[in-house]
Amino acid sequence: MISRRLLPKKYRRNLTYLAAGILIAGVTLYLALPILALFIRISPDMFFETVHDPNVISALWLSLFTTCITLAVVIVVGTPFAYYHCRYSYPGKVVVDTLIDLPLVLPPAVAGVALLVLYGRVGLLGKYFNMFGMPLAFTTLAVIMAQIFVASPFYLRQAKSLFEQLDPAYEQTARTLGASSLRTLTLVTLPMTATGLISGAVMTFGRALGEFGATIMFAGNLPGVTQTMPLAVYVGMQGNINVGLTISILLVIISFTIMIAVRLIQKREAERA
Amino acid sequence: MLEAVIVKKLRDYTLDVTLTVQPGEVMVLMGMNGSGKSTTLNIIAGLLEADTATITLNGECLCRTGDDLDLPVEDRRIGYVLQNSAVFPHMSVRDNVAFGLRARHKKRPVITERVALWMDRMHIADLADVKAGNLSGGQKQRVALARALAIEPHLLMMDEPFTALDAESTQTAKDLTRRFVKEMQIPCLVVTHRMADCTEIGDRACVICEGRKEWEGCPDEMPEFAPVCHCA
Repeated sequence: MISRRLLPKKYRRNLTYLAAGILIAGVTLYLALPILALFIRISPDMFFETVHDPNVISALWLSLFTTCITLAVVIVVGTPFAYYHCRYSYPGKVVVDTLIDLPLVLPPAVAGVALLVLYGRVGLLGKYFNMFGMPLAFTTLAVIMAQIFVASPFYLRQAKSLFEQLDPAYEQTARTLGASSLRTLTLVTLPMTATGLISGAVMTFGRALGEFGATIMFAGNLPGVTQTMPLAVYVGMQGNINVGLTISILLVIISFTIMIAVRLIQKREAERA
Repeated sequence: MLEAVIVKKLRDYTLDVTLTVQPGEVMVLMGMNGSGKSTTLNIIAGLLEADTATITLNGECLCRTGDDLDLPVEDRRIGYVLQNSAVFPHMSVRDNVAFGLRARHKKRPVITERVALWMDRMHIADLADVKAGNLSGGQKQRVALARALAIEPHLLMMDEPFTALDAESTQTAKDLTRRFVKEMQIPCLVVTHRMADCTEIGDRACVICEGRKEWEGCPDEMPEFAPVCHCA
């Protein structure tokens, strides 16, 4: 057997390149092939024909509508929440930190069951809403609530980390210059963390768009009311497979666009730094 | 004139200092890291709360804990320049200098006039439209000084303002600071731990050690041991 040390230098380098090439190609193919298969499985004609299917259009609009509302709620409520959470100490802060992270590791179906147990028609709080004729479960509102529960940690974690990392000297200087805390937040803190916040918002949008488990448990699968794109894929694969494939491709395109947007934002951030 | 009596229990010791700074006078606070210099400035600025404090500026009470009087930080009219300048990197130099004036709702012609005046005085007029994040350390420090003085403060405070600057920028910043403090006749408090800064900029020096005033007097007469602090 030839000792490795006796191999020519060029030969050793080629072996390293070969091993690295196989590994990179293997991982890339593993990730790319299923996506490619989706595009190969359906012809362009069939895709464009199915895109006009009422079920596809309904699921697409419902998904975009609920996801936009989710995003707006997460930004409007989550930004000040993350800000105050970072700036003040209070009892149980560690517990709140854990609760923010919990939906990331919790199976979405469990999140759906938890929401149902609380807000369902006979749920702990839901029965009172039901009493006043405002059922929450199995409505479009339930879709939004499920999306917020599952996707908000992406934004909250990002916002929390950005506010924690921002040098307090900027805010302190703004205050001594005569700016109120609101003016300091809007003119100094938010612009200085904007790129990171947008990046977190885009990830939240993507996660909310792809939400399935919690939605089907808490909101059900009612076409036009609670059947979002991932749910329509599930139904499509059990009946009209072209519907399932078409919506899947749409979701891949949207997700890919989201990831490109995040990459561009991060690149801009790096260039600015 | 600034008069401050401050007591605050810190982790390892109690900060207990009394300061008086006359109009047009530069007082340098010296001492080791963690001796309570920056905490003193932050309490005067209103960014930190003291256990007991009586702070008056030109006869106006900023804080008197006994009577529960505490003027909000934004109403104290104190120009505060921090170690890293803290210029807002997303704003232009012009917007940085105008920040305090806009926050105080000054009229637009007043803002324009005063911003132009201070940019000119600090030799940053040619950088007016440059994003502050792209400036050098010395330029940032001059922007921070212009921004702090543009609001016509009743007190100027600087926390280790020369630490990150090269020799030339340090000299420029010191000259400008002294010149305008004298011209505007405002009291000035500068925190530093460099003896050269102390003698060049200070009219009076005060050495703080573990929260207590160890020595006070003319910088040239400072005993050799004082800045090191005997408890080091």
